[in-house]
Amino acid sequence: MNQRISQDNNVVIQSLTQIGNCGLFLLTLLVAVPRSLRYIRETIRQLWFVGAMSLTIIMVCGLFVGMVLMLQLYHVLSIFGGTSASGMVVALSVYRELGPVVTALLFAGRAGTSITAEIGLMRATDQIDAMELMAVDPIAYVATPRFLAGLIAMPLLTCVFCAMAILGGHLVGVTWLGIDNGTFWSNMTAQVDLHTDIVNGVLFKSLAFGAVVSLIAVFQGFATPPTSEGVARATTRTVVASSIAILALDFVLTAFLM
Amino acid sequence: MTDSVPATPDDSMLVRIRGLTTVLGGKTIFSDLDLDIPRGKITAIMGPSGTGKTTLLKHITGQMRADAGEIVVDGLNVAELSREKLYKLREGIGYLFQNSALLTDFDVFENVAFPLRQHTQLPEVLIRNLVLLKLQAVGLRGAAALMPSELSGGMARRVALARAIVFDPMLILYDEPFVGLDPVALNQVLKLIRTLNQTLGITSVLVAHELAAIRQIAQHVFLIANGKVVAQGDPKTIADDGSPWTRQFFGGEADGPVPFQYPAGDYAQALGFAGAAK
Repeated sequence: MNQRISQDNNVVIQSLTQIGNCGLFLLTLLVAVPRSLRYIRETIRQLWFVGAMSLTIIMVCGLFVGMVLMLQLYHVLSIFGGTSASGMVVALSVYRELGPVVTALLFAGRAGTSITAEIGLMRATDQIDAMELMAVDPIAYVATPRFLAGLIAMPLLTCVFCAMAILGGHLVGVTWLGIDNGTFWSNMTAQVDLHTDIVNGVLFKSLAFGAVVSLIAVFQGFATPPTSEGVARATTRTVVASSIAILALDFVLTAFLM
Repeated sequence: MTDSVPATPDDSMLVRIRGLTTVLGGKTIFSDLDLDIPRGKITAIMGPSGTGKTTLLKHITGQMRADAGEIVVDGLNVAELSREKLYKLREGIGYLFQNSALLTDFDVFENVAFPLRQHTQLPEVLIRNLVLLKLQAVGLRGAAALMPSELSGGMARRVALARAIVFDPMLILYDEPFVGLDPVALNQVLKLIRTLNQTLGITSVLVAHELAAIRQIAQHVFLIANGKVVAQGDPKTIADDGSPWTRQFFGGEADGPVPFQYPAGDYAQALGFAGAAK
């Protein structure tokens, strides 16, 4: 029993230590931002890698999320004769919650894991040490550009996701289930608020999620033991920690922004 | 605190290590170690595995801090340097990793050009010529467009060497440069190290186990064991100095001052024969 409590305590202490180290790493990243500006080409290269290369998965998933959401809502709302509101409900759900959250989860799985694995392998093959010895600061050259790229890419990807979800909703609702096209768009534009839904819902949340996922991915890459097992574990931790952080942060942000 | 110490009376030493003490994870790696590396010479550092030879190189480059002692490189106390000054010092040091440590995103040309692009504003045509010059020196100008994954171990090491010398450094540290090389590749690397030393006067420090190779190029050998320099001298005669350390290391004896058994508790007790231990 005592051993179990001791093990639980160790897990708690290790988790808190990781969070503390991650916070210190964030400070190091932010301090390195001015130095990393000279590596702007590297930031753009990473933006292409984590942003443009994630477009396919974001677009396909956005389309299907919008389609399934419309399908479910149509059947529920038809009970109350409110199918004309389906488009508006799809839009609000996507802007306020599903867009930023699902994009962030997909981003963590697609880009976050590859960032962690790439940095972890760079450490395992001494590439990070080699940079240090060539008098190139790896935080400014490797970590900060990837962090900034994630921060910039996430809001853009979220906008794409939302657009594709609305398109999916339109395809199912208007083209397949026969909701009037004018009603679909007019209800949506009448109810969606620029500040509450777009700025707070899409932009603010996605920026926060982008920062958290990129930070966790880069931190795990740098903190991992430079072994194949270490890299594998770090990659898994990136997905797990990012998913928990996204959902917990979503609750906190929603509570404050509503 | 000052960033530099007064020039040593003996300016012929590029690296001067005094009283180096390092403890890692409760294990003493170095204990009051003294070592001098002369300018313009090829110095070999040898010793059994796990004695801290690579750690010593990390101390010289300032990647690792010592618990006590002083490491002076070209008149600068490495431990007291600011980040900027340490990076400036590193621009004058080339480092050849055991696994080459080439940047896997870049081809051979870009790997060699990397330090130039990071630290200079040279026009592209000059960077191109400098890189091709260095690649020609290591015999790999024709491989400029290859990716690191397309290179053999020997080729990768030569590319890493071209990258290490791209700034014509005052000091090159070679971490086990001959490991895993076939005789042809080994001789190519040997020839390059010798040529760089003779033509450019670059001070070279080799961490290696291959005495036959060391005898061909090194002018001085340090044998490190138990955290100290246990023998040093001419590579052609050091094996005959009669000390138990050199006899075991160069004779390849399984047991001796470096024990065959890793320190452990009583064997009989570990097997469950508690009574037999007494």
